[in-house]
Amino acid sequence: MRPLVSIVMLGLAMAVLPLHAQDIPAHDRLSGFEMMGADVQAMQRDDFSNPAMLSVREGEQLWSRAPAQGKKSCQGCHHDVATSMTGVAARYPAFDAGSNRPIDLAGRIQQCQTERQGVQAAPRESALLLALQALVALQSRGMPIAATADPRLAAARERGQALFNQRFGQLNLSCAQCHNQNWGKSLGGTRIPQGHPTGYPIFRMEWQAVGSLQRRLRNCLTGVRAEPFAPGSPELIEIELYLMQRSAGMAMDAPAVRP
Amino acid sequence: MATANVLIPRSVIRKGDIVTLKAIIAHPMETGFRRTETGGEIPRNIIRHVSCHYDGVEVFSCDFHPSISANPFLAFTTIATKTGPVSFIWTGDNGFRHVETAIMNVTD
Ligand code: HEC
Ligand code: HEC
Repeated sequence: MRPLVSIVMLGLAMAVLPLHAQDIPAHDRLSGFEMMGADVQAMQRDDFSNPAMLSVREGEQLWSRAPAQGKKSCQGCHHDVATSMTGVAARYPAFDAGSNRPIDLAGRIQQCQTERQGVQAAPRESALLLALQALVALQSRGMPIAATADPRLAAARERGQALFNQRFGQLNLSCAQCHNQNWGKSLGGTRIPQGHPTGYPIFRMEWQAVGSLQRRLRNCLTGVRAEPFAPGSPELIEIELYLMQRSAGMAMDAPAVRP
Repeated sequence: MATANVLIPRSVIRKGDIVTLKAIIAHPMETGFRRTETGGEIPRNIIRHVSCHYDGVEVFSCDFHPSISANPFLAFTTIATKTGPVSFIWTGDNGFRHVETAIMNVTD
Protein backbone atom coordinates (compact mmCIF):
# COMPACT_ATOMS: atom_id res chain seq x y z
CA MET A 1 0.00 0.00 0.00
CA ARG A 2 2.90 2.34 -0.59
CA PRO A 3 1.14 4.63 -3.11
CA LEU A 4 -1.66 5.17 -0.62
CA VAL A 5 0.78 6.13 2.11
CA SER A 6 2.50 8.60 -0.18
CA ILE A 7 -0.84 10.15 -1.20
CA VAL A 8 -1.71 10.66 2.44
CA MET A 9 1.76 12.07 3.18
CA LEU A 10 1.42 14.43 0.23
CA GLY A 11 -1.95 15.41 1.63
CA LEU A 12 -0.40 16.27 4.94
CA ALA A 13 2.40 18.23 3.29
CA MET A 14 -0.15 20.21 1.31
CA ALA A 15 -2.36 20.93 4.27
CA VAL A 16 0.02 23.68 5.34
CA LEU A 17 0.19 25.35 1.92
CA PRO A 18 -1.90 28.43 1.14
CA LEU A 19 -5.38 27.70 -0.20
CA HIS A 20 -5.07 29.70 -3.41
CA ALA A 21 -2.30 28.08 -5.33
CA GLN A 22 -0.40 30.27 -7.76
CA ASP A 23 -0.93 29.76 -11.48
CA ILE A 24 1.97 28.33 -13.43
CA PRO A 25 3.88 31.14 -15.21
CA ALA A 26 3.69 30.87 -19.00
CA HIS A 27 7.42 30.13 -19.39
CA ASP A 28 7.17 27.15 -17.00
CA ARG A 29 4.26 25.51 -18.77
CA LEU A 30 4.85 21.93 -19.91
CA SER A 31 2.31 19.74 -21.65
CA GLY A 32 1.65 16.18 -20.54
CA PHE A 33 3.54 15.13 -23.67
CA GLU A 34 6.65 17.04 -22.65
CA MET A 35 6.56 15.53 -19.17
CA MET A 36 6.19 11.88 -20.11
CA GLY A 37 8.91 9.34 -20.87
CA ALA A 38 10.65 9.09 -24.24
CA ASP A 39 9.11 5.69 -24.95
CA VAL A 40 5.53 6.92 -24.57
CA GLN A 41 6.39 10.04 -26.55
CA ALA A 42 7.65 7.84 -29.38
CA MET A 43 4.43 5.84 -29.26
CA GLN A 44 2.37 9.02 -29.59
CA ARG A 45 4.53 10.58 -32.28
CA ASP A 46 4.17 7.64 -34.65
CA ASP A 47 0.60 7.58 -35.93
CA PHE A 48 0.95 3.89 -36.65
CA SER A 49 1.83 2.91 -33.10
CA ASN A 50 -0.51 5.41 -31.42
CA PRO A 51 -3.52 3.23 -30.53
CA ALA A 52 -5.82 6.28 -30.44
CA MET A 53 -5.38 6.53 -34.21
CA LEU A 54 -7.39 3.32 -34.55
CA SER A 55 -10.22 5.26 -32.98
CA VAL A 56 -9.68 8.06 -35.52
CA ARG A 57 -9.94 5.53 -38.32
CA GLU A 58 -13.20 4.30 -36.88
CA GLY A 59 -14.34 7.92 -36.72
CA GLU A 60 -13.52 8.40 -40.40
CA GLN A 61 -15.78 5.52 -41.31
CA LEU A 62 -18.58 6.85 -39.09
CA TRP A 63 -18.23 10.35 -40.52
CA SER A 64 -19.41 9.31 -43.98
CA ARG A 65 -21.86 6.61 -42.93
CA ALA A 66 -25.58 7.40 -42.69
CA PRO A 67 -26.65 6.41 -39.16
CA ALA A 68 -29.88 4.95 -40.52
CA GLN A 69 -31.83 4.78 -43.76
CA GLY A 70 -32.78 8.24 -44.95
CA LYS A 71 -30.67 10.01 -42.30
CA LYS A 72 -27.80 12.32 -43.18
CA SER A 73 -24.24 11.38 -42.35
CA CYS A 74 -21.96 13.92 -40.67
CA GLN A 75 -20.36 14.38 -44.06
CA GLY A 76 -23.75 15.12 -45.60
CA CYS A 77 -23.79 18.44 -43.75
CA HIS A 78 -20.17 19.12 -42.80
CA HIS A 79 -18.50 17.75 -45.97
CA ASP A 80 -14.76 17.18 -45.65
CA VAL A 81 -13.86 16.84 -41.96
CA ALA A 82 -10.35 18.20 -42.61
CA THR A 83 -11.87 21.48 -43.78
CA SER A 84 -15.00 21.94 -41.70
CA MET A 85 -13.55 20.80 -38.37
CA THR A 86 -10.16 22.54 -38.51
CA GLY A 87 -9.48 24.20 -35.18
CA VAL A 88 -12.91 23.36 -33.74
CA ALA A 89 -11.69 21.20 -30.83
CA ALA A 90 -9.16 23.90 -29.91
CA ARG A 91 -11.96 26.37 -29.10
CA TYR A 92 -14.39 24.18 -27.17
CA PRO A 93 -16.36 24.24 -24.84
CA ALA A 94 -18.48 26.84 -26.60
CA PHE A 95 -21.69 28.64 -25.77
CA ASP A 96 -24.85 26.89 -26.89
CA ALA A 97 -27.52 29.46 -27.59
CA GLY A 98 -30.32 26.86 -27.63
CA SER A 99 -29.80 25.65 -24.09
CA ASN A 100 -28.25 28.92 -22.92
CA ARG A 101 -25.32 26.95 -21.47
CA PRO A 102 -21.75 25.99 -22.28
CA ILE A 103 -21.47 22.82 -24.32
CA ASP A 104 -18.41 20.62 -24.81
CA LEU A 105 -17.38 18.90 -28.02
CA ALA A 106 -18.95 15.59 -27.03
CA GLY A 107 -22.19 17.39 -26.21
CA ARG A 108 -22.16 19.17 -29.57
CA ILE A 109 -21.70 15.90 -31.44
CA GLN A 110 -24.54 14.34 -29.43
CA GLN A 111 -26.65 17.38 -30.29
CA CYS A 112 -26.02 16.85 -34.00
CA GLN A 113 -27.03 13.21 -33.58
CA THR A 114 -30.34 13.93 -31.85
CA GLU A 115 -31.39 17.26 -33.35
CA ARG A 116 -29.89 17.13 -36.83
CA GLN A 117 -29.55 13.46 -37.68
CA GLY A 118 -32.69 12.44 -35.80
CA VAL A 119 -31.07 9.42 -34.14
CA GLN A 120 -30.34 8.54 -30.54
CA ALA A 121 -27.18 10.17 -29.23
CA ALA A 122 -24.23 7.87 -28.58
CA PRO A 123 -23.55 7.80 -24.82
CA ARG A 124 -20.50 9.51 -23.37
CA GLU A 125 -17.41 7.26 -23.26
CA SER A 126 -18.93 4.94 -25.89
CA ALA A 127 -16.44 3.82 -28.53
CA LEU A 128 -18.62 5.48 -31.17
CA LEU A 129 -18.69 8.94 -29.60
CA LEU A 130 -14.99 8.77 -28.69
CA ALA A 131 -14.16 7.87 -32.29
CA LEU A 132 -15.97 10.97 -33.58
CA GLN A 133 -14.38 13.11 -30.84
CA ALA A 134 -10.93 11.78 -31.77
CA LEU A 135 -11.53 12.45 -35.46
CA VAL A 136 -12.67 16.03 -34.81
CA ALA A 137 -9.87 16.65 -32.28
CA LEU A 138 -7.22 15.47 -34.74
CA GLN A 139 -8.22 18.36 -37.03
CA SER A 140 -6.78 20.76 -34.42
CA ARG A 141 -3.43 19.00 -34.09
CA GLY A 142 -0.61 21.47 -33.60
CA MET A 143 -3.00 24.41 -33.32
CA PRO A 144 -2.95 26.60 -30.20
CA ILE A 145 -5.74 26.23 -27.66
CA ALA A 146 -7.97 29.24 -28.25
CA ALA A 147 -10.25 29.71 -25.26
CA THR A 148 -13.15 31.72 -26.62
CA ALA A 149 -13.63 35.24 -25.35
CA ASP A 150 -17.44 34.86 -25.50
CA PRO A 151 -18.68 36.91 -22.52
CA ARG A 152 -21.60 34.51 -22.07
CA LEU A 153 -19.06 31.90 -20.91
CA ALA A 154 -17.40 34.10 -18.30
CA ALA A 155 -19.56 33.11 -15.34
CA ALA A 156 -19.22 29.38 -16.04
CA ARG A 157 -15.47 29.71 -16.46
CA GLU A 158 -15.22 31.47 -13.13
CA ARG A 159 -17.14 28.65 -11.50
CA GLY A 160 -14.67 26.28 -13.13
CA GLN A 161 -11.77 28.22 -11.67
CA ALA A 162 -13.38 28.10 -8.24
CA LEU A 163 -13.79 24.32 -8.57
CA PHE A 164 -10.13 24.07 -9.57
CA ASN A 165 -9.12 25.74 -6.32
CA GLN A 166 -11.62 23.92 -4.13
CA ARG A 167 -10.52 21.04 -1.90
CA PHE A 168 -12.27 17.74 -2.55
CA GLY A 169 -12.65 14.31 -1.01
CA GLN A 170 -11.30 12.48 1.99
CA LEU A 171 -7.80 13.61 1.08
CA ASN A 172 -9.06 17.18 1.01
CA LEU A 173 -6.96 18.28 -1.96
CA SER A 174 -7.68 20.76 -4.75
CA CYS A 175 -6.72 20.41 -8.40
CA ALA A 176 -4.45 23.42 -7.93
CA GLN A 177 -2.54 21.83 -5.07
CA CYS A 178 -1.47 18.98 -7.30
CA HIS A 179 -1.28 20.64 -10.70
CA ASN A 180 -0.05 24.15 -9.83
CA GLN A 181 1.97 23.59 -6.69
CA ASN A 182 3.30 20.05 -6.94
CA TRP A 183 3.66 19.30 -10.63
CA GLY A 184 6.84 17.44 -11.45
CA LYS A 185 6.84 15.59 -8.13
CA SER A 186 6.04 11.91 -7.76
CA LEU A 187 2.71 10.62 -6.60
CA GLY A 188 3.15 6.91 -6.06
CA GLY A 189 4.80 5.82 -9.27
CA THR A 190 3.57 8.70 -11.43
CA ARG A 191 4.85 12.18 -12.05
CA ILE A 192 2.21 14.83 -11.42
CA PRO A 193 1.64 16.68 -14.71
CA GLN A 194 0.49 20.28 -14.94
CA GLY A 195 -2.95 19.16 -16.04
CA HIS A 196 -3.21 20.64 -19.54
CA PRO A 197 -6.12 19.38 -21.66
CA THR A 198 -4.16 19.39 -24.94
CA GLY A 199 -4.51 15.77 -25.97
CA TYR A 200 -8.09 14.60 -25.48
CA PRO A 201 -9.46 12.10 -26.17
CA ILE A 202 -6.37 10.10 -25.19
CA PHE A 203 -5.29 6.48 -25.23
CA ARG A 204 -4.28 5.89 -21.64
CA MET A 205 -2.13 2.87 -20.89
CA GLU A 206 -3.65 2.44 -17.46
CA TRP A 207 -7.14 2.33 -18.98
CA GLN A 208 -6.00 0.21 -21.90
CA ALA A 209 -8.54 2.21 -23.84
CA VAL A 210 -9.38 5.59 -25.33
CA GLY A 211 -11.09 7.97 -22.92
CA SER A 212 -12.26 11.55 -22.67
CA LEU A 213 -11.09 14.51 -20.60
CA GLN A 214 -14.12 13.99 -18.39
CA ARG A 215 -13.01 10.46 -17.64
CA ARG A 216 -9.57 11.83 -16.74
CA LEU A 217 -11.10 14.45 -14.43
CA ARG A 218 -13.34 11.85 -12.78
CA ASN A 219 -10.20 9.77 -12.18
CA CYS A 220 -8.51 12.70 -10.43
CA LEU A 221 -11.60 13.15 -8.27
CA THR A 222 -11.80 9.49 -7.25
CA GLY A 223 -8.03 9.71 -6.66
CA VAL A 224 -8.66 12.08 -3.77
CA ARG A 225 -11.60 9.86 -2.74
CA ALA A 226 -14.27 12.33 -3.71
CA GLU A 227 -17.57 11.42 -5.35
CA PRO A 228 -16.82 12.40 -8.95
CA PHE A 229 -19.15 14.71 -10.91
CA ALA A 230 -21.36 12.80 -13.34
CA PRO A 231 -20.33 12.51 -17.00
CA GLY A 232 -21.71 15.50 -18.91
CA SER A 233 -22.44 17.42 -15.71
CA PRO A 234 -22.21 21.24 -15.78
CA GLU A 235 -19.35 21.10 -13.26
CA LEU A 236 -17.09 19.03 -15.51
CA ILE A 237 -17.79 21.36 -18.44
CA GLU A 238 -17.04 24.38 -16.24
CA ILE A 239 -13.73 22.84 -15.17
CA GLU A 240 -12.91 22.15 -18.81
CA LEU A 241 -13.70 25.77 -19.71
CA TYR A 242 -11.26 26.96 -17.07
CA LEU A 243 -8.60 24.41 -18.06
CA MET A 244 -8.77 25.59 -21.68
CA GLN A 245 -8.23 29.19 -20.61
CA ARG A 246 -5.42 28.14 -18.25
CA SER A 247 -3.70 26.35 -21.13
CA ALA A 248 -4.55 28.89 -23.86
CA GLY A 249 -1.86 29.09 -26.53
CA MET A 250 -0.50 25.60 -25.94
CA ALA A 251 -0.46 23.30 -28.96
CA MET A 252 -3.12 20.60 -29.25
CA ASP A 253 -1.69 17.08 -29.54
CA ALA A 254 -4.89 15.05 -29.67
CA PRO A 255 -5.38 12.18 -29.83
CA ALA A 256 -2.53 11.72 -27.36
CA VAL A 257 -1.08 8.75 -25.50
CA ARG A 258 -0.70 9.05 -21.74
CA PRO A 259 0.71 6.58 -19.21
CA MET B 1 -15.76 -5.63 -37.45
CA ALA B 2 -12.49 -4.50 -35.98
CA THR B 3 -10.20 -1.70 -37.13
CA ALA B 4 -6.71 -2.83 -38.00
CA ASN B 5 -3.68 -1.43 -39.81
CA VAL B 6 -0.85 -3.13 -41.63
CA LEU B 7 2.30 -1.15 -42.40
CA ILE B 8 4.74 -2.04 -45.13
CA PRO B 9 7.70 0.35 -45.59
CA ARG B 10 7.04 2.92 -48.31
CA SER B 11 10.66 2.94 -49.46
CA VAL B 12 11.64 0.97 -52.58
CA ILE B 13 11.82 -2.73 -51.67
CA ARG B 14 14.11 -4.99 -53.68
CA LYS B 15 14.03 -8.76 -53.94
CA GLY B 16 16.03 -10.24 -51.07
CA ASP B 17 15.64 -7.16 -48.82
CA ILE B 18 14.88 -7.68 -45.14
CA VAL B 19 11.60 -5.86 -44.57
CA THR B 20 9.97 -4.90 -41.25
CA LEU B 21 6.22 -5.54 -41.26
CA LYS B 22 4.04 -3.93 -38.60
CA ALA B 23 0.44 -4.55 -37.62
CA ILE B 24 -1.93 -3.16 -35.01
CA ILE B 25 -5.55 -4.02 -34.28
CA ALA B 26 -8.22 -2.45 -32.07
CA HIS B 27 -9.11 -5.07 -29.46
CA PRO B 28 -9.79 -4.78 -25.70
CA MET B 29 -7.74 -7.92 -24.77
CA GLU B 30 -9.90 -8.33 -21.69
CA THR B 31 -7.94 -10.71 -19.46
CA GLY B 32 -10.81 -12.49 -17.72
CA PHE B 33 -9.17 -11.77 -14.38
CA ARG B 34 -10.89 -8.46 -13.74
CA ARG B 35 -14.14 -7.73 -11.99
CA THR B 36 -16.73 -5.00 -12.28
CA GLU B 37 -17.29 -2.41 -9.55
CA THR B 38 -19.96 -4.68 -8.07
CA GLY B 39 -17.76 -7.79 -8.09
CA GLY B 40 -19.13 -9.47 -11.21
CA GLU B 41 -16.70 -11.31 -13.43
CA ILE B 42 -15.69 -9.65 -16.68
CA PRO B 43 -15.44 -12.57 -19.09
CA ARG B 44 -12.23 -13.14 -20.97
CA ASN B 45 -12.17 -11.70 -24.48
CA ILE B 46 -8.76 -11.95 -26.09
CA ILE B 47 -7.16 -12.62 -29.44
CA ARG B 48 -5.71 -16.14 -29.30
CA HIS B 49 -3.74 -16.42 -32.50
CA VAL B 50 -2.17 -14.19 -35.14
CA SER B 51 -0.63 -15.26 -38.40
CA CYS B 52 0.82 -13.45 -41.38
CA HIS B 53 0.84 -14.80 -44.92
CA TYR B 54 2.94 -13.44 -47.74
CA ASP B 55 3.55 -14.89 -51.17
CA GLY B 56 1.46 -17.93 -50.28
CA VAL B 57 3.57 -18.76 -47.22
CA GLU B 58 2.95 -18.28 -43.53
CA VAL B 59 5.88 -16.03 -42.57
CA PHE B 60 4.92 -15.40 -38.95
CA SER B 61 2.52 -16.70 -36.34
CA CYS B 62 2.12 -16.57 -32.61
CA ASP B 63 -0.29 -17.29 -29.77
CA PHE B 64 -1.58 -14.54 -27.52
CA HIS B 65 -2.43 -15.00 -23.87
CA PRO B 66 -4.13 -12.85 -21.21
CA SER B 67 -2.21 -9.73 -20.16
CA ILE B 68 -1.05 -8.82 -23.64
CA SER B 69 -2.01 -5.16 -23.95
CA ALA B 70 -5.17 -3.86 -25.59
CA ASN B 71 -4.75 -3.02 -29.29
CA PRO B 72 -1.80 -5.38 -29.69
CA PHE B 73 1.04 -4.17 -31.89
CA LEU B 74 3.35 -6.55 -33.74
CA ALA B 75 6.54 -5.97 -35.70
CA PHE B 76 8.80 -8.56 -37.29
CA THR B 77 11.03 -8.94 -40.32
CA THR B 78 10.71 -11.09 -43.39
CA ILE B 79 12.53 -11.36 -46.71
CA ALA B 80 11.00 -9.75 -49.77
CA THR B 81 10.46 -12.25 -52.59
CA LYS B 82 7.94 -10.80 -55.02
CA THR B 83 5.08 -8.33 -55.24
CA GLY B 84 2.02 -9.68 -53.53
CA PRO B 85 -0.48 -9.42 -50.70
CA VAL B 86 0.61 -9.53 -47.06
CA SER B 87 -2.35 -10.75 -44.97
CA PHE B 88 -2.65 -10.72 -41.21
CA ILE B 89 -5.27 -12.97 -39.65
CA TRP B 90 -6.30 -12.47 -36.03
CA THR B 91 -8.58 -15.03 -34.36
CA GLY B 92 -9.82 -15.12 -30.79
CA ASP B 93 -12.55 -15.56 -28.22
CA ASN B 94 -16.23 -15.23 -29.14
CA GLY B 95 -15.52 -16.22 -32.73
CA PHE B 96 -13.37 -13.15 -33.31
CA ARG B 97 -11.73 -13.10 -36.72
CA HIS B 98 -10.25 -10.23 -38.68
CA VAL B 99 -8.19 -10.20 -41.86
CA GLU B 100 -6.25 -7.15 -43.00
CA THR B 101 -4.26 -7.14 -46.22
CA ALA B 102 -1.72 -4.77 -47.73
CA ILE B 103 0.31 -5.17 -50.89
CA MET B 104 4.10 -5.36 -50.81
CA ASN B 105 5.61 -3.99 -54.00
CA VAL B 106 8.95 -5.62 -54.79
CA THR B 107 11.25 -4.47 -57.59
CA ASP B 108 13.77 -6.89 -59.03
C1 HEC C 1 -3.56 14.13 -5.70
C2 HEC C 1 -3.11 14.92 -6.82
C3 HEC C 1 -4.12 15.30 -7.89
C4 HEC C 1 -5.27 16.02 -7.75
C5 HEC C 1 -5.87 16.57 -6.47
C6 HEC C 1 -5.82 16.18 -9.07
N1 HEC C 1 -5.02 15.57 -9.99
FE1 HEC C 1 -5.19 15.69 -11.97
N2 HEC C 1 -3.65 14.38 -12.22
C7 HEC C 1 -2.89 13.86 -11.19
C8 HEC C 1 -1.93 12.91 -11.73
C9 HEC C 1 -0.91 12.13 -10.94
C10 HEC C 1 -2.18 12.85 -13.12
C11 HEC C 1 -1.45 12.01 -14.17
C12 HEC C 1 -1.76 10.56 -14.02
C13 HEC C 1 -1.02 9.68 -14.99
O1 HEC C 1 -0.57 10.15 -16.01
O2 HEC C 1 -0.92 8.49 -14.69
C14 HEC C 1 -3.25 13.81 -13.40
C15 HEC C 1 -3.73 14.11 -14.66
C16 HEC C 1 -4.58 15.18 -14.93
C17 HEC C 1 -4.88 15.68 -16.25
C18 HEC C 1 -4.33 15.12 -17.56
C19 HEC C 1 -3.13 15.86 -18.06
C20 HEC C 1 -2.61 15.33 -19.39
O3 HEC C 1 -1.49 15.67 -19.75
O4 HEC C 1 -3.31 14.61 -20.09
C21 HEC C 1 -5.76 16.72 -16.10
C22 HEC C 1 -6.34 17.57 -17.20
C23 HEC C 1 -6.00 16.86 -14.68
N3 HEC C 1 -5.27 15.90 -14.01
C24 HEC C 1 -6.87 17.79 -14.12
C25 HEC C 1 -7.24 17.77 -12.77
C26 HEC C 1 -8.33 18.55 -12.22
C27 HEC C 1 -9.19 19.51 -13.00
C28 HEC C 1 -8.39 18.26 -10.90
C29 HEC C 1 -9.40 18.76 -9.87
C30 HEC C 1 -10.75 18.34 -10.10
C31 HEC C 1 -7.30 17.34 -10.61
N4 HEC C 1 -6.65 17.04 -11.77
C32 HEC C 1 -6.97 16.87 -9.35
C33 HEC C 1 -2.96 14.24 -9.87
C34 HEC C 1 -3.98 14.99 -9.30
C1 HEC D 1 -28.39 17.97 -40.83
C2 HEC D 1 -27.08 18.61 -40.81
C3 HEC D 1 -26.06 18.11 -39.80
C4 HEC D 1 -25.64 16.82 -39.59
C5 HEC D 1 -26.13 15.55 -40.25
C6 HEC D 1 -24.58 16.89 -38.62
N1 HEC D 1 -24.38 18.19 -38.23
FE1 HEC D 1 -22.94 18.86 -36.96
N2 HEC D 1 -23.67 20.75 -37.15
C7 HEC D 1 -24.72 21.13 -37.94
C8 HEC D 1 -24.99 22.56 -37.76
C9 HEC D 1 -26.08 23.37 -38.44
C10 HEC D 1 -24.04 23.00 -36.79
C11 HEC D 1 -23.88 24.40 -36.21
C12 HEC D 1 -24.56 24.46 -34.88
C13 HEC D 1 -24.35 25.77 -34.17
O1 HEC D 1 -23.34 26.42 -34.41
O2 HEC D 1 -25.19 26.09 -33.35
C14 HEC D 1 -23.23 21.84 -36.47
C15 HEC D 1 -22.17 21.90 -35.58
C16 HEC D 1 -21.29 20.84 -35.34
C17 HEC D 1 -20.06 20.94 -34.59
C18 HEC D 1 -19.49 22.20 -33.96
C19 HEC D 1 -18.81 23.01 -35.01
C20 HEC D 1 -18.35 24.37 -34.53
O3 HEC D 1 -17.73 25.07 -35.34
O4 HEC D 1 -18.54 24.71 -33.37
C21 HEC D 1 -19.49 19.70 -34.57
C22 HEC D 1 -18.19 19.30 -33.90
C23 HEC D 1 -20.38 18.82 -35.32
N3 HEC D 1 -21.43 19.54 -35.77
C24 HEC D 1 -20.15 17.48 -35.51
C25 HEC D 1 -21.03 16.64 -36.19
C26 HEC D 1 -20.86 15.21 -36.28
C27 HEC D 1 -19.69 14.42 -35.68
C28 HEC D 1 -21.90 14.74 -37.00
C29 HEC D 1 -22.22 13.28 -37.32
C30 HEC D 1 -22.44 12.43 -36.17
C31 HEC D 1 -22.73 15.87 -37.37
N4 HEC D 1 -22.17 17.01 -36.85
C32 HEC D 1 -23.87 15.80 -38.13
C33 HEC D 1 -25.40 20.34 -38.83
C34 HEC D 1 -25.26 18.96 -38.93
